[in-house]
Amino acid sequence: MAAKLAAFKAVDPSRYIVYVGFILILIGFSIVLRDDGFLTTRNLLNIVQQTAPITVMAVGMVFVLTAGEIDLSIGPIVAVSALISAIVLRENFWFLGAFAGLLAGAAIGAMNGLLVAYMRLPSFLVTLATMGFLAGVARWLTDLKSVPITNDTFNGIFGAGTLFGVPSLVMWTIGIVFLGHFFYRDSRYGAHVHAIGDSPLSARAVGIKVDRVRFSVMVLSGACAGLAGLLYSGRLHGARYTLGETDLLTVIAAVIVGGTRLNGGVGTVVGALIGSLLMGLLNNGLILMGLSVSEQLMVRGVILLAAIALTLRETRT
Amino acid sequence: MQAAPVPQATTGAPVLGLQNIRKEFGGVVAIEDFSLDVHAGEVVALVGDNGAGKSTLIKIICGVYPPTAGRILIDGSETRFSDPADSQARGIQVVFQDLALAERQPVYMNLFLGREAVTGPFRRLDRRRMIRESEELVRGMDVRIPSAKSTIRDLSGGQRQGVAIARATHWASKLVLMDEPTAALGVAETQKVEKIIGGLRERNLAVLIISHSLDQVFRLSDRICVLRRGVQIGIRRTHETTNNEIVSMITGLT
Repeated sequence: MAAKLAAFKAVDPSRYIVYVGFILILIGFSIVLRDDGFLTTRNLLNIVQQTAPITVMAVGMVFVLTAGEIDLSIGPIVAVSALISAIVLRENFWFLGAFAGLLAGAAIGAMNGLLVAYMRLPSFLVTLATMGFLAGVARWLTDLKSVPITNDTFNGIFGAGTLFGVPSLVMWTIGIVFLGHFFYRDSRYGAHVHAIGDSPLSARAVGIKVDRVRFSVMVLSGACAGLAGLLYSGRLHGARYTLGETDLLTVIAAVIVGGTRLNGGVGTVVGALIGSLLMGLLNNGLILMGLSVSEQLMVRGVILLAAIALTLRETRT
Repeated sequence: MQAAPVPQATTGAPVLGLQNIRKEFGGVVAIEDFSLDVHAGEVVALVGDNGAGKSTLIKIICGVYPPTAGRILIDGSETRFSDPADSQARGIQVVFQDLALAERQPVYMNLFLGREAVTGPFRRLDRRRMIRESEELVRGMDVRIPSAKSTIRDLSGGQRQGVAIARATHWASKLVLMDEPTAALGVAETQKVEKIIGGLRERNLAVLIISHSLDQVFRLSDRICVLRRGVQIGIRRTHETTNNEIVSMITGLT
């Protein structure tokens, strides 16, 4: 029994369960929905594009969770960034709008980071508060009105455009995951993020600037949410305060199911990508199956619970 | 252990010189007027009851606390450390009682934490090199671990302490401070760690070790320094003193 357990532990299912789950769900939907156009390049590409903002936020969240923090404010950051860039785009060229949106996200992240890293407040409470505050800001900015974006360059780059025949949202996904993976796994910065989430004391003892790294992950997460805001508004040709409203749960689920620990020190960016594609797959398949919205929510909830239970059961010691 | 004559002042200035160190915490005196020299190739034990100020002293030396008064000399020149990173840069390493290891990271990342090896124009982590060097290091110290890629959490207490000591000694060029390195270990593991500490002397490092086990202190040290409630009671050469003398110095009873 003990040997069996040890062997089970050595494999560490939480690292691979997302891939197995992904393939199983892909096969399941392919069979059930074979007549509904599920397994077409177009539909699959569509899933990747739809989940692009989720994936981008998930990459940021992997860094935050690995550092032992959490960012609950990403949803309203999406809305605020998208609205700000849409407002700037009314009278400016695409770059300025994009820059303003990204900057807004990063600045909000920096505010979170200051409170968490330098005022030593728990990130859970800080970002819970900023989440509420920003939800108000998003409503107040345009008085609940949505802002259309007519800048075709912007809408192309962050929405329906293509580069070398590849949809731009797919490009963004690949680019961010690639960069995120590199810095997470192959840079000293990534190693320090792991260390401070694992044991801040030992990180400090070896001379790692714990506060600075903590601050930086919050900025990174804010910037990722800002970029997600641009991706939403580019695809929808406009911004609205509801953007990103329900994304927090999806992002955290994607990251956790992907194999990142909620309490720091361990994670994977590629797993988070697969996790968020898994969420997109579920979304898409359940719609194609003709489930009503209420049924979809329930099924997704159950699948999510199962996935999280499977992923986290072993890691609790 | 070799009972060779204590290599006293063989190369001039001691590696570590503490002169009239005093530490107060908000008016409460934790250490008063402490002076001690530690030379290269020497193991000095710091003993005393709980609350005697031993750990405080270690923290002063490595830069966690600044002393209220007194001088710290490294190789004869006065030094002021503002944080542990400072003292590390000067070749001082600490092995803490509570093992400052990142538990969910592999052995090699712990050994190189804060000083990761990188390669190429993108400064990628050079995992292969870190793993190779870790394996050599760990093998050289006779710490038996499954692999340099093992996660710390999967190791036994002795193996963990072995990793912590391997890290300290790898990066220490002068002085290793140890705060009860065997407190959490079993008999066999303690033996192994003691052997490692003996090896440090041969590498001509200076070692200052806190221990509650007098047997251990007598096995390992060249000199013994006794603290009682922040007061330095005395320093004895290990082979010139007895267990009873040290005990009465610690307790203050004769």
